[in-house]
Amino acid sequence: MNMELTFPEDAREGRVRSNRNLSGFERWASIVAGAGLTAYGMSRLKNNGWMYAGLGGLLLRRGVTAHCDLYEAFGINTAGDAGDTRAALRGSRGVNVLESVTINRSIEELYRFWRNLENLPQFMRHLESVEKVTDTISHWKAKGPGGTTVEWNAEIYNEEPSKLIAWRSIEGSDVVSAGSVNFDNAGPGRGTRVTVNLQYSPPGGKIGARIARLFGRDAATEIHEDLRRFKQLVEAGEVPTTSGQPRG
Amino acid sequence: MKALCWYGTNDVRVERVPDPRILNPRDAIVKITLTAICGSDLHLLDGFIPTMKRGDILGHEFMGEVVDVGPENKKLKVGDRVVVPFTIACGRCYFCERQLWSACDNSNPNAWMLEELYGFSGSGLFGYSHMMGGYAGGQAEYVRVPFADVGPYKVPDGLSDEQVLFLTDIFPTGYMAAENCSITPGDTVAVWGCGPVGQFCIASAWLLGAGRVIAIDREPERLQMAAARNKAEVIDLTQADVYEKLKDMTGGRGPDACIDAVGMEAHGNTIGDWYDKAKTATMMATDRLGALRQAIHCCRKGGTVSIPGVYGGLLDKVPMGAAFGKGLTLKMGQTHVHRYLPLLMQRIERGEIDPSFVITHRLRLEEAPDAYRTFRDKKDGCVKVVLRP
Repeated sequence: MNMELTFPEDAREGRVRSNRNLSGFERWASIVAGAGLTAYGMSRLKNNGWMYAGLGGLLLRRGVTAHCDLYEAFGINTAGDAGDTRAALRGSRGVNVLESVTINRSIEELYRFWRNLENLPQFMRHLESVEKVTDTISHWKAKGPGGTTVEWNAEIYNEEPSKLIAWRSIEGSDVVSAGSVNFDNAGPGRGTRVTVNLQYSPPGGKIGARIARLFGRDAATEIHEDLRRFKQLVEAGEVPTTSGQPRG
Repeated sequence: MKALCWYGTNDVRVERVPDPRILNPRDAIVKITLTAICGSDLHLLDGFIPTMKRGDILGHEFMGEVVDVGPENKKLKVGDRVVVPFTIACGRCYFCERQLWSACDNSNPNAWMLEELYGFSGSGLFGYSHMMGGYAGGQAEYVRVPFADVGPYKVPDGLSDEQVLFLTDIFPTGYMAAENCSITPGDTVAVWGCGPVGQFCIASAWLLGAGRVIAIDREPERLQMAAARNKAEVIDLTQADVYEKLKDMTGGRGPDACIDAVGMEAHGNTIGDWYDKAKTATMMATDRLGALRQAIHCCRKGGTVSIPGVYGGLLDKVPMGAAFGKGLTLKMGQTHVHRYLPLLMQRIERGEIDPSFVITHRLRLEEAPDAYRTFRDKKDGCVKVVLRP
């Protein structure tokens, strides 16, 4: 069984996964402009040409590494999520999602709700069920494409009460997946910040690949909506709906 | 049941549809006794609001009698007579707890749509497009009210439907707009638009201590109502240069606060107005903003521009330089109805105001399609239509 996944001990560490923050277009624009400026500067080194050459060199480096320090300083990223995820998984072709939501409830309450993993299918659309086997081992069923069901066993391998829960599929499962959730205080009267990191990887197995495809590029959106439902459920006690209402 | 349904631009019909039922534990079903057409419903009729679907039931100003409650609704009982805020709020999120009810985090099932458009989503609204939640509205015989243990407010005995119906939207909307002006005693408040919300802006400005209220419109009946009923000084914008007139009336200083109670479908005769008409007609802009431009232009230095008029999309040629140069405060947003409803109910009970003064047309629900047109065209002196199912 191929287990190439990284299992972050802390979801927040998972945030810094890739240095790339430039789109393809910007990379090439930087490379072309950088090369041009460098050539121009080199050709007239006496008349402050070294300044142009230096600037050109910086642009070239920006293009080649697809990383811009200025963008990083301002929190800009034009690389797009897809590229990010691919870079993060380094060839294991999986899905890796980080999403967070702030909920107007105590850390303890949210931790307790989540620690009972059987609650997850209430708001995670792709899950059919999670059943407890032992206190730390659970059996997961997820919806696959075309009405199929995929199943695996997972263990909680790290937990700190009211702070962190991390789980991963048990070795020998058809699906390699891992997840962690962090709870931290969003400030006085501001509720709890819940940060979720989920990974699915297709280690050659067809079923894993199906799961990855199921999420596809919209994995972040999917988890974002899951977390919204989680928030609605624990804050409002119900998920708002209009399905079943009359219309003309 | 019968309900007023939207089928496209300028196409609303009364149709037979299934009765609503309880869908969530905190729901209630209300049998409508009185409902109204809001000026903002005209934006739907005119096709200015995206994400409408054929068959959507309209209406967000309604009241009635509770006929069914969900298992988790501990507040309402069958038989309660209630008014229902047009904004839907869960009552338990960060925003509801801070009285920012129309910013509720949990009541819009289609929050992702507004997140794409606005960055973050406000609360769900009744009968006001799918990006606002897609909830069926109350221009019908029955309506389903979500989070009904938070929104609906019981009506004290002795008050008629007509006296309290407008607590659902336009009275609190006018009141919040006036409150947003931070009126200090003696202030001059200018109000653009003498429709129903404008009338309540005028009335509320008086309640909050304004020294003078100046109302601006182009419809004689509406100016008449502002002057005779609400004791405002009036400017007919077809007869006067509004800026010059306001300057003259305020000793060259300008009004302390300006309220834009018109919103995105302003009608005017300035070059800017024609520019907006061309741009919205060719889909290069979404909103017309003649009233807003004028309000910003006319406001005194350091004054406040308060915007209860609805805007939906992108605005062009907003005089940001004037707003910045004069250090204006701009305040706006959907009304936090839940915050104002109890307070204004008390004012009605004490006899300080009777909101039924705005009603000019009393019709049956079946007549709603015609009523929409009369209201839109401002024919027959129409200011406010109420409908009885």
